[in-house]
Amino acid sequence: MQTSAAKNSAGAAIGAAPPGKSRRQERERRLRRRSVIVATISTFVVLLLLVVLIPMAPGWEKVQKAFFNGPILIKVFPELLQAFLVDLMIFAWSAPIIALWGLAIALCRDARGPALFPLRLFAILYNDVFRGVPVILVVYLVGFGIPGLGLPRPWNSPYLWGTVALVLSYSAYVAEVYRAGIESIHESQRSAAKSLGLSHAHTMRYVILPQAIRRVIPANMNNFISLQKDVALLSFIGPVEILRQAGVQKSLLANFTPYLAASIIFLAVTIPATRFADHLIARQNKERS
Amino acid sequence: MKLQLHGIEKSFGALKVCRDISLGVNKGEMVCLIGASGSGKSTLLRCINLLEPIDDGKILLDGVEISDPDLDPQPIRQRIGLVFQSYNLFPHMTVLDNVMLAPRLIHKTSQAELRDQAEALFVRFGLTDRIGHFPDQLSGGQQQRVAIIRALAMKPEIMLFDEVTSALDPELVGEVLDVVRQLKSEGMTMVLATHEMGFAREAADKVCFLEKGMILEEGPPEKIFAAPREARTQEFLRRVL
Amino acid sequence: MNHTSTAALAVMLAALCANAGLAQDVCATGKTITAGSLTVATGNPAYFPWVIDNDPSSGKGFEAAVAYEIATRMGFAAEKVIWTATSFDQAIQPGAKEFDLNLQQYSISAERDQTVDFSAPYYTAAPAVVVRQPVVDAGATATASSLKGLKWGAAAGTTALALIDALIGPESEVMLYDDTADVTEAMKANQIDATLVDLPTALYLAAAVLDDGVVLGQFPSDATGGLDQFGAVFADGNPLRDCVNEAISAMVSDGTLAKIETEWLEGATGVPMIQ
Repeated sequence: MQTSAAKNSAGAAIGAAPPGKSRRQERERRLRRRSVIVATISTFVVLLLLVVLIPMAPGWEKVQKAFFNGPILIKVFPELLQAFLVDLMIFAWSAPIIALWGLAIALCRDARGPALFPLRLFAILYNDVFRGVPVILVVYLVGFGIPGLGLPRPWNSPYLWGTVALVLSYSAYVAEVYRAGIESIHESQRSAAKSLGLSHAHTMRYVILPQAIRRVIPANMNNFISLQKDVALLSFIGPVEILRQAGVQKSLLANFTPYLAASIIFLAVTIPATRFADHLIARQNKERS
Repeated sequence: MKLQLHGIEKSFGALKVCRDISLGVNKGEMVCLIGASGSGKSTLLRCINLLEPIDDGKILLDGVEISDPDLDPQPIRQRIGLVFQSYNLFPHMTVLDNVMLAPRLIHKTSQAELRDQAEALFVRFGLTDRIGHFPDQLSGGQQQRVAIIRALAMKPEIMLFDEVTSALDPELVGEVLDVVRQLKSEGMTMVLATHEMGFAREAADKVCFLEKGMILEEGPPEKIFAAPREARTQEFLRRVL
Repeated sequence: MNHTSTAALAVMLAALCANAGLAQDVCATGKTITAGSLTVATGNPAYFPWVIDNDPSSGKGFEAAVAYEIATRMGFAAEKVIWTATSFDQAIQPGAKEFDLNLQQYSISAERDQTVDFSAPYYTAAPAVVVRQPVVDAGATATASSLKGLKWGAAAGTTALALIDALIGPESEVMLYDDTADVTEAMKANQIDATLVDLPTALYLAAAVLDDGVVLGQFPSDATGGLDQFGAVFADGNPLRDCVNEAISAMVSDGTLAKIETEWLEGATGVPMIQ
């Protein structure tokens, strides 16, 4: 940010200078090149140290065999990829429900007028409880507890109630993000909509929410990235998804490499998603400045 | 009388913003509110539009009280256009959608008809080449003209302008004031809070000088500007002119 | 440790030692992590009937008794046996181990043998099917075709899944859980019909954990391809293994192991064989 700002002002300052590079531009170019060289060398040195020093440790061979076992990696990879489809499936149907239910909670929280106080109270309690309780407890409680009340199949499915648990927990986080977004929209937008004769509901639907939701997309992306990882918690109540499959392989092979394989698969999804969220945040910051 | 204010009182906490304000506006008349910042001009306009509830007094539109707290304010606001200092366009919509949003939601006319009406407004105020743009692609003057068109699209009976040129670069003030002049020539009833003394003098039918939430002096512009009665008015005009 | 139980144990062990001819084995000398002591790991928690009341130092429960017997035969007095609790993961992690041997119903398998070492088997466990009474009422029987149609679940860190696939081949997806406690919870929630565990655990689940548990049947132990044999786990290459194997083979040949088994793992009569 800073260098580009400096560059711009420099560019403006020499606007009248003849074409070609000014001394200042030349100096900045040199500085940039030098910092690239320094970064490259230091990265290389650190990597070299890691690659050379770690294998010199006396226990490396055993660690390598237990965590970085090539043949095991190749052997378990297809199965884990298959199991990852279960994660993707659960994510695919949970995420939209969380987005909508979170929005509903955020709107309850924003409800105005004394008659709607119970809604507001509900939203406040909901957020406090589900953001405070570990997701795993909600998964157990809802995933085993509610079916335990005597629901017949297929209404006691761990997929169903596990999804409910994820929705309960994550919509609380998502609702908070939405609420921050709604509150970030300047009061003058409400005034403008009201002055035109729009109702509170219309103002929310057409004026506030479209802006608020767009503004919090990056923050919500982070929520959904961690949801992608927490989908694995459903394995506690039965579904054999990637982390469970890795655990099974681990105990059959007495080796931790299956977890490494699972991590690689997770990273293949979460790194691009995180980069994308960062990119959105950076773009938004630029738009605002 | 189109609009009548009787003894309007308004406070924000301990701060009195409007004190016993009474004012009458005839149909087709243009009234300018002048006075220092914080004198209560903006709040008065927001009260007339029912954005702020008044503490005491009465507001009458066409002789009917609209300030009754039991009334639904929405249909009343639709009859009173308000334009803000900071334009307050909806940044996520095109200029045309900004203008069409309220009519689309409130008037049950067809989409095509609404669009025709909106486009006619753009033609009338010379902004046809901008209807597909987003607000941030427009100059301040253009944005403010769109904000006026947006308010007009609801076919209001009266228009309120809250320092609509104060946020503009000096060279953009003229195009916005031209729109106001055009509206006056078309017979619109208007109340303006303004710092444009030249414009108030030239175009207003009546000028009110506000200080500390009170109308200290009112009268035709030639009288207020040429021979103000009150010492405070004289002092204010000496400072701004 | 409780003094009365220690005394009782000493008496019991003395009797057992006399029986075995008081082997003054020097095999184990210098091969344990703490000189002069034997560190034995068990589960955390350790379950009935393998260890009674999660207290292996009482010597009560099958694995606790086997451990003391092995210790005695290798020349460690009862008070020289140190107990520690480990998870499966701690048992297989690379690097120095916190135990000399680890007994928690580990099934011996060739794959696991790549990372850790196993003793000779100290128990052969018939895999048994546990269900709840409503499943029996709904018509489940101890036949292969009936079992195929059930909804199965198992604890993930065990060989149960492999056995279910090999012995039963269920029609629907097998659900997996962290441990046996979660498996029974899923049975109570009616999310699964049946699970497969070793027979002693099956009897315990049916009698003590589930209100309406039933051991539907057991598989003949030759049907399992060797996945039903429990061995003690050692760090890969631990020389102590040979000493333990020597002790176990002596316990087998003189009938001591069978006696311990009779003492702690009785009551399996009347469970039908699944053909």
